[in-house]
This record gives sequence, C-alpha cells and structure tokens, in this order.
Amino acid sequence: MDGPLVQVSGLKKSYGSIPALRGADLEVRAGERYGLIGPDGAGKTTLLRILCGLVVSDGGEVRVLGHDPVTETHKIKDGIGYMPQRFSLYPDLTVAENLRFFADLYRVPAAQRESRTARLLEFSRLGPFRDRRAGALSGGMKQKLALSCTLVHTPQLLILDEPTTGVDPVSRGEFWDILDELKAEEGVTQLVTTPYMDEASRCDRVQLMYQGSSLAEGSPAEVAASFPGRLVRVYTADPYAAAGSLKRTGKFQSVQLFGDRIHVVVEPAQAAVPGVMAIVAQIRQILEQAAIPFTDLHEARPDLEDIFVQRIGEITND
Amino acid sequence: MRFNLLPIIRKEFIHIRRDPRSLAIVILLPIMQLLLFGFAIDMDVKNVPIGVLDYDRTPASRDLVRRFTGSDYFIQAAALQRRDQVEDLFKARQAKAVIVIPPDYAASLQRDPSTAVQILVDGSDSNTGAIILNAAQRLLTEASLERAGITDPPLQVAPAIWYNPEQESSHFIVPGLVAVLMMMICALLTSITITREKETGTLEQILTAPVHPSQLIIGKVLPYVGIAMVDAALVILVGIFGFGVPFVGSAALLAFFLLLYVVTSLSLGILISTVARTQQVSMMLAAMLTLLPSVILSGFVFPLASMPDVLQAVSRIIPARYFLVIIRGIMLKGNGFAVLWPQALFLVLLSVVLLAVSVKRFKTRLA
Amino acid sequence: MSAIKAENLTRRFGKFTAVDAISFEVEQGEVFGFLGANGAGKTTAIRMLTGLLMPSGGDAWVAGRSVRANPRAIKQVIGYMSQRFSLYEELRVEENLDFFAGAYNLDRETSRRRKEEILEQFGLEGVRRRFTRSLPLGWKQRLALGSALLHHPRILFLDEPTGGVDPLARRTFWDTIHDLAAGGATVFVTTHYMDEAEYCHRISIMNKGEIVALGSPLELKRQYGKDTIQEVFVQLIKSTG
Repeated sequence: MDGPLVQVSGLKKSYGSIPALRGADLEVRAGERYGLIGPDGAGKTTLLRILCGLVVSDGGEVRVLGHDPVTETHKIKDGIGYMPQRFSLYPDLTVAENLRFFADLYRVPAAQRESRTARLLEFSRLGPFRDRRAGALSGGMKQKLALSCTLVHTPQLLILDEPTTGVDPVSRGEFWDILDELKAEEGVTQLVTTPYMDEASRCDRVQLMYQGSSLAEGSPAEVAASFPGRLVRVYTADPYAAAGSLKRTGKFQSVQLFGDRIHVVVEPAQAAVPGVMAIVAQIRQILEQAAIPFTDLHEARPDLEDIFVQRIGEITND
Repeated sequence: MRFNLLPIIRKEFIHIRRDPRSLAIVILLPIMQLLLFGFAIDMDVKNVPIGVLDYDRTPASRDLVRRFTGSDYFIQAAALQRRDQVEDLFKARQAKAVIVIPPDYAASLQRDPSTAVQILVDGSDSNTGAIILNAAQRLLTEASLERAGITDPPLQVAPAIWYNPEQESSHFIVPGLVAVLMMMICALLTSITITREKETGTLEQILTAPVHPSQLIIGKVLPYVGIAMVDAALVILVGIFGFGVPFVGSAALLAFFLLLYVVTSLSLGILISTVARTQQVSMMLAAMLTLLPSVILSGFVFPLASMPDVLQAVSRIIPARYFLVIIRGIMLKGNGFAVLWPQALFLVLLSVVLLAVSVKRFKTRLA
Repeated sequence: MSAIKAENLTRRFGKFTAVDAISFEVEQGEVFGFLGANGAGKTTAIRMLTGLLMPSGGDAWVAGRSVRANPRAIKQVIGYMSQRFSLYEELRVEENLDFFAGAYNLDRETSRRRKEEILEQFGLEGVRRRFTRSLPLGWKQRLALGSALLHHPRILFLDEPTGGVDPLARRTFWDTIHDLAAGGATVFVTTHYMDEAEYCHRISIMNKGEIVALGSPLELKRQYGKDTIQEVFVQLIKSTG
C-alpha cells in the first residue's frame, strides 16, 4: 500500500485513573524500521497493543494498514505480525509444531508453508532444534522462534515489543542480524520497542516517548543531535570512583556512567569551543588530584543513550 | 475469514498427548469415584442393628423378636434390661431402633390379637429412620395377621415394582453418578483450556491472528468430546459389571444422548474458561457449578416434584436433570427416542446457549 | 573469609551437565558480575549457591556455610531477587514489604522501621499505597530489591535484576547496588547489559557450564585485547562454541 503503514495522532488511553497515553503520535512508513524508546511506563506497550487491536483507545486517530484496528480488526490481522513482550508460544509444542500451528492459523497454503518454514528455520538457525520443545530452548532461541512464528504468514508490518529482553549479547546480535536480513530481503516494515539504545540506533527513525506522548522523533543521528549542549567522555578503569569525585565537585551539569566511560555534560551556555576546552582541563585536574587513572579524555558526540538519560533525567528530577 | 478449526484441534491434541499424566487422571478419576461412591451411597436397609427390650420374656415375645432378627433387615445388637438404657444405646450409635415388648405382651395377645408393641427409632437420620419404620411395620402386620389366623387378608396391596424389582438402590444410584461425574469431569476439562492461555500469555499472540472466537471455542471443545465419550463408556461399563446395573435399552441411543450431554458439559466448562482469569478460579468454578447442583437439583437424590417451585425452575437449567432421565430411562426401562426426545432438545438448547454466551463473552481485547 | 566460595561446583540433570566444576571466590563488599550466554548454567549455579538446589558434585560456601551440608542456614544470611519478578502483584507496595518482613520473622517494630527505610531509600514513599501491578517495571524491580533487603542480608544474589529496565532506571538501580557494596554488602549479580558488567569489581563469563574467563573488567579487556566487555564476551562465547 502507499502512504504510511501506521498513522496515529492524539491517541489517548487510561487504565482506571492512571493514564498510559496522553495524545501519542506515530507514523511508520513502508519499508522502514521504527524504534520506540522511553522509560518504563511511557506507554510503548499500550501503543503497540492498540495498533494490534488488542486494546481499545479512549480517543484519537489510529490507522494500521489503512484500517481502524478496532472496527476492522479482521482486515489488518493478515498484514501484521505481532511479537508480545512475554514469550508466548506453547512450551509443550516443538519448534516445528509451533511454526505449523501459526502457519495453519493464518491459513498459509501447504506448499508455501513448507518453503516458508524452511527459510525461517535457516534464518533463525533453529533447524537442528526443530523437534525440541519450545520450553526447553534457551532464552535467545525462544525469541528467535517467537519471531519466526510471527513471520510465518509473511506480514507487511512486524510489531515487536522488547524482543530481546533477557537475551544474551551474542544471541541479541544474531536476532538483530535476522531483522536486518528481513528488511533487506523482504522489505518488511518493522516497529520495535527496546530498552537497549544500541538496538535503537539500528532503526531508521526513533521516537523518545515519555508519559504517553512524544518527546523527540527523527533518525537516531537527528535525535542525538538535539542534545542540549555537548559532552566530554572519560575512559577510566574505576568508573564509580571517577564519577563520584566528579559529581562531588558540583561543577558539572550532569555526570553519567556508561560502562567504563563517564559522560560529563557541558551546558549549552558553555558549549562554545573554549568552554569545552576549559571543562576538559577541569576534569583532568580533578581526576589527577583524586589519583584516579583514566586512559582517555576528549569531547564526544552524544548518542541516543545520552539523549535518553539527559531528557528523561531532567524531567524526572524536576 | 474462513472458518478453520483444524489448527486449534490439532494443537489441543498435542497438548493432551504431551501430558499423559493429566490424561490418565481424567480417565481414571471418574471410574475411581464411581467405585468409591457407588458402594458408599446405598439406601437399602440391610442388617440394621437393633436393640431388644423384652419385658415379657415369653415364648410369644421371643417369637416376635425372631421375626425381626430372622429377616434380612435387622440384626440384634443388644438385649436391654431397662428403659433408660435406650438412650445410651442410641447415643453410642450401637443401634438405630429398639423394639419394646410390654410385660403383658403374651397375656394380652390371648385377649386381643392386635396388641401394641413399641418401636423406638433414632430419627437423627430421617431417611433411614423412615425405611426402618416401614420394614418394622411390615413385619408386625405379617405377625398379627398370622396370629389372627388370616393367611389371606381381605384387603391387600399387591406390590409390583417395575424396572428395579429388587429395589436395588445401586440401579438407581449408579446411572445418577455417571451423570454427575461426567458433568464434573467435562466442565473441568475445558474450564482451564482458555485460562491457561491467558496465564501463559499465548492468548495475546492468538488474538492477533485471524481467528474468530467461535473458532477457538469450538476448536477447544471438540477434542475433549472424544476423551469424554471414552471416559463415559468406561464408567458405564464399570456400572454394569461392577454394580450389576442392568442395561435393557439401546447402547447406540445412549451413546447419542451421551454425546449431547458431554457437549453441554464441555460447553459449561468453556464458558467458565472465558470468564475466569486464572486456572485456579476456573477449576473452583467448575467444581462448584457442577457438583452440588448436579447432585441436589437434578432429581438424582431428591425428587424434583417435592421441591419448591423456584428450585424446580432452577433445575431446568441443570443439564444433569435431563441426562438423568435419559440414562435411567435407557438403562433401566429401555426407553426409546420417542419418549426421550424432549430431554435431548433441552440439552441441545443448553449447549447452544452456553456456547453462544461463551463466544459473546470471549474478550478479543486485553483491556 | 570469602563471602562466597565455590569449589568444583557441579550440577547434572540426567546426562546433561548444566554446571561443570566451577570454582571462584567473592570477597565481602565486592560487586561480582556473573555473566554468560542464555542456557550457560548461570541460573542453575545461583540456585545452588542460594541453597535451592543440591549440587551433584563439589561444594560452595556462602558466608562460610556449606550449600551441601547446611542449605537452610544460607537462606538466613542472603537476600535473593530472582529473574522472574517475585512480588505479589495484587498487594499494595507496602503490603508486599509487610509480607516479606513477616516471612523473615522480623518483629513488629523492626519491620515497621525497615519498611520505612526501604520506602525512603528506593523512592517508593509516593507509591506506597499503589497496587504493585500498576507500577512501571523499573519501580517493581526496585521494590523487589527492597523486599530482598528487609532482613539486612550481608550477601545479595540478583538474577538479571535490570532485564527490560530502561537506561535511566538501570543507572538508579546500579547506584543502589554500589551504595550497598560500599556499606559492606556483597553483591552477586547477573546481567545481559555489558555496560553494567563494567560497573562490577570483578566478573566471570560462563559458557556451556564452565567459567571461561574471570577477572576485573580491565584485566579481561587487556587479556583479550578488546575495548569493551561486550567485545570480550562475544569473542569468548563464539570461540567456545
């Protein structure tokens, strides 16, 4: 179809007195991978469920594949593949039986089913495990099976709710490689939520959601570029001690840990080159005084995680 | 949306196959319960322990006592000396009745053949009490008629009890138990099928597939029809060979009605499953909604005709009520379709309503 | 005395060896990251260390108590927060704390005081009357950690405490972990976030039931010539199959 596959505007939904969505907007274009990020409780899962027709909104416009997911649920079902946050396949059925069940549910013709299943097993490298019960698979394999089951009817739009939570880094990488292949080879449009910012940066466009509406939207680079101010990155063997001593001076707007790195945020007012240089010197001095070893210290380009921590941190601290 | 039941049915069969232990329980449980309860629930009066308080102590009084203890109904549990021992006897539950023969029994018999003998009955179990009284009355009447030398009484009831001439209560109880047990096991079978998918989260996945609720519901009922039919057949066979219940009617006809009954019961289970949120709640609801109503409001134990109108009305929605008429009718009386069709009609009606409500109540949304 | 010591700790399920003779020591006050691929045997190892599962071979000592000889005694000195969120969803926040205080046999005064401490420490005062079900995941995780701390355990076992938790909430959670360690508690934690691995004093990486690497994040990065633990992890898991 032409035009966006998903169009949402001013979407509202409350559970009792607790609002989940307060005027959410979303547009997912054909062929793109769109990432939804945001803190827990931002309304990401609710939004996805509304798109699938699983939850009825309280107000606002929703079009999925050109249809209303509530009144025309049956018209969108064949076109979407939805993978819920919780592993939701049958643990007592084998890999092959789970695939067969979903293929039959979507009335995939037998010939097509065989070729599709073969392809998905190859994609997911689950071929050797086709007769293993789903409950006995490892976490990463379970998620790959769940993905395969949502793909068995060759949907146009894939909706994934935190597909790699609880999955180890290696399997996580493999999972995203499958998503890349799908996008390149089948042009499947993907809408995905994730708590991993490295995954979010593999999307074409992302939206940062907070309390049920959008804070920022664009390509990962665009969103990261909206970072207010600049930042200095410190590599250290003792991040906690280093961050502690930097925080204690009270001289910096924000000091955040990123694994073995520390990101020190330079306020927009000081963001001109001399300001940044001064901050770098200041950090060097503080760390040397505290006798904390660091391997590198330089200005760095902010990424999605910086934006996330900065924007959400700012709001929640107020 | 084409109506395809096959994937759901096939999947349910895999679930059943993968869990042989549950299947064994489902098959064996009703058989074991039938064996247990079939022997326990026996309303025939046999070998009731009685006490004898014979103030007379004459050959005539001993003859009367022998009439009691020589029958199948009573055995002598105690010989009392004084009136005040009666209460202790009842309290200790050593006897359910006491015959009191007055001191002038033999003498008075000489004057008047219709001499009074007292029967004291423990009425705390009114059912048994009534039956004891009946039996005692019969024995006494026989005795007095004989005394009066009347072998052919002028007025006489000629009892002829049809269909269960020996009045074996197992003939009456066992078919009823079949009805109750099948109701319960069927409702349990389906009551957890949908709630399990709610709990494990698989329902969220299914709901986004092009599946109509009716498809899911019927697809989940059908596999269990087979299991329930096999189960019912085994239970009925145990009834016939284990309890000697006669089977005079048509087995094929019973199978047909059984099918209707099983579908009704499974439909009740599926309705529970669409409403309940957890498997625990479903199982409790299934047990509560089937067991007591099927026992008490179906005519199984207590005759419907003697119930208040309200309860009689309620009994009309108890499936066991209809099946009870069917199974007793076919097994004991050899009733045919011509007699039983109204019962079948009610079962079909109930199934349709239960399934329709299930489909309607089935939530295709999460919130 | 080490807070945790494992010696050839082994667990077999039938023919399958889930944990294959692992040995390590964790010092008091240390944050120890227990990393590994899915299905590597981490959860089985934690179950043995927390006295929930009997080892098939070897032994481990937690606060000096043998998991083989004295698994019950271990439960009194440890706090355990499982991967699967183990609070009562239909209870209110403070009711959950009350319940766990009762489960640990705290007297009325102590449980009241500790409950208030936890609510304050974890920023849960504003939601004390909320139903646990309605809390965002990151808050639930904090509440779960709080519940595991009510009896002031010296050794904490946290099994994927930040799974699915957003970047900001994860930072808050790790600040708490480091505060606890600074207070002398030993924290034994599993995670799939490799940035979190960098926050640990030492880490071990498990694959197929064996510990394939053990050391401080810096040591491991040097040893394998990588810039991040993420890269070390990927190389180790891929090279050991």
